[in-house]
Amino acid sequence: MTFRSALTRREAMRSALLGSVVLATGLGGSAVAAEKLKAAWVYVGPVGDFGYSYQHDQGRIAVEKALGDKVQTSFVENVPEGPDAERVIERLAREGNQLIFTTSFGFMDPTIKVAKKYPKVHFEHATGYKKADNVAIYNARFYEGRYVIGQIAGKMTKSNTIGYIVSFPIPEVVSGINSFMLGAQSVNPNVKVKIVWVNSWYDPGKEADAAKVLIGQGADILTQHTDSTAALQVAQEKGILAFGQSSDMARFAPKTQITSIVDDWATYYVERVKLELAGKWKSADTWDGIAKGAVYLPEIKNVPDDVKKMAEETIAKIKAGTLKPFGGTITKQDGSTVKDLDDGAILSMNWYIKGIDDKLPQ
Amino acid sequence: MNLELVALQAVLATIVTASTPLLLAALGELVTERSGVLNLGVEGMMVLGAVAGFAVALVTGSPYLGILASALAGAALAVPFGFLTLNLVANQVATGLALTLLGLGLSGLVGEHFVGQPGVRLDKLHLPLLSDIPFVGPILFGQDILVYASLILAFLVYRMIFHSRLGLILRAVGDNHASAHALGYSVIGVRWGAVLFGGALAGLGGGYLSLAYTPQWIENMTAGRGWIALALVVFSSWLPGRLIGGAYLFGAVTILGFYVQGMGVGVPAQLLSSLPYIVTIAALVVISKRRGAARADTPACLGQSFVPDR
Repeated sequence: MTFRSALTRREAMRSALLGSVVLATGLGGSAVAAEKLKAAWVYVGPVGDFGYSYQHDQGRIAVEKALGDKVQTSFVENVPEGPDAERVIERLAREGNQLIFTTSFGFMDPTIKVAKKYPKVHFEHATGYKKADNVAIYNARFYEGRYVIGQIAGKMTKSNTIGYIVSFPIPEVVSGINSFMLGAQSVNPNVKVKIVWVNSWYDPGKEADAAKVLIGQGADILTQHTDSTAALQVAQEKGILAFGQSSDMARFAPKTQITSIVDDWATYYVERVKLELAGKWKSADTWDGIAKGAVYLPEIKNVPDDVKKMAEETIAKIKAGTLKPFGGTITKQDGSTVKDLDDGAILSMNWYIKGIDDKLPQ
Repeated sequence: MNLELVALQAVLATIVTASTPLLLAALGELVTERSGVLNLGVEGMMVLGAVAGFAVALVTGSPYLGILASALAGAALAVPFGFLTLNLVANQVATGLALTLLGLGLSGLVGEHFVGQPGVRLDKLHLPLLSDIPFVGPILFGQDILVYASLILAFLVYRMIFHSRLGLILRAVGDNHASAHALGYSVIGVRWGAVLFGGALAGLGGGYLSLAYTPQWIENMTAGRGWIALALVVFSSWLPGRLIGGAYLFGAVTILGFYVQGMGVGVPAQLLSSLPYIVTIAALVVISKRRGAARADTPACLGQSFVPDR
């Protein structure tokens, strides 16, 4: 998530401009009845990225829908991490927002700083690790979804070669690759994965290029940990199967997308805002996955019924807690073994499991 | 065909699509710079072209109207640049940078409602017989029309610059605007034409991204290609032929990086990602060893404002 917002100076300047415009127009002239709860969201990207920030904003919209006139929400998009973020967050606190969600890793320190100055305002920071009495933290177990799609891919591949397009070698991405591969290996011992790092969260052109090259090298199923729909579109053009990322991308490739790993913050946001309304908000550390609906997979399509059934059973097992992707004994690439990884180990993962031929960029 | 040939074919065909937007945008900037104007707003014009092309293609259903719209949008964004730098004699570097910011912001605003919509794809050509030749057919004769257009345009620009009266005037304006003015040529007029042409081609390069490359619109989808195009112009030492070589070299090294990664031989991905830049710089060093020749092609008045003194 850090890299997602490693903005260039050019982008940062633009963001600052846009940010101030949003602040001036969106928040400046709001006069509302006092009994409404004011909640605000801070996004690192544009809500129009159809990926990460878009999904957070869907959560905000869900809060508005669920709680109607009890709450007034606002957001600031394109906020660069660093001093600018602190200004934006502080301004939101001063404007009378009682609950403020800061949705990117790099907002961690600014959030903590502002929270100290405004002890009565409640803050929620996504994907970080610094908590305070008035700062809760939350994240989602994306890797659980990757285990499921890994199983599907392992079943569906005929060439035993899966193409995996990735952004940056950070723990979130690495644990995703491992979880995917564990899922694939659980149904197909011969499966291989070809990994291509495009060093960007967000470059449709490069993602498409990587997809084409992987297909040329024999991959007959694609998955990705980058944000655009480009790889899916290439897969559709070439007539192979693929998975979506972050949001349901089925309409881009209806005959190609098997399913997607959707970040669904709506349940969490609605729950937290409700707690705030009831005066029961408390700082917490939430890392939900498939069980709580923070991660979900839209209807599985374009595969035979038995594969669909298998995947649905796996989802049910993960939901019930009887299957943990990183439970049991796991053999690392170097041959050493680890057992029942805890959250700390998953959050700092920097090694591959056995069966992945790629070398992890360090 | 065996597996290696299939892989090679995919790589070669991908190199062509990866290089085309760079070639288009850089070709426009080459003409602009030949007239002595440095427009750093290529990225902004590209991204506006991308959103305009996408939007028009989606609304009308015709990718060809989309192509037209992307070129017009690029040229339209070049208008304020031309007015500020040519008529009001503003600093070209600062104005160009501002143009990039404007283009990125404006495209985000215009494109807000087009995010998440599947686009209209510019189809690849299928020529009977030719496209069906094994192996080379799809690479040489199965691309979309913008690929061929970019190569033909490069040839036409070459003819125009070195074998036409218009090119002579263009180069005169770019090399010594005072003399060109004294001879009675309209320096401002010629530069206006070059700036608009540059804008149109940058827009076309952006349109290629949102229509042919990855038919979708998301903010900032050019992802820095405008800056690479700018660098390629310098790399080419303002020669269209060399520009084709540069664009394809850059595209080729990028794609080969992915290819090597996919083979899983364990070359660090960061090194492979930086390889296109390293290779481009290395080639630039080799070229500039022939210093005299390189300097001869550099427009002498590049970046200098012109104020007619009488």
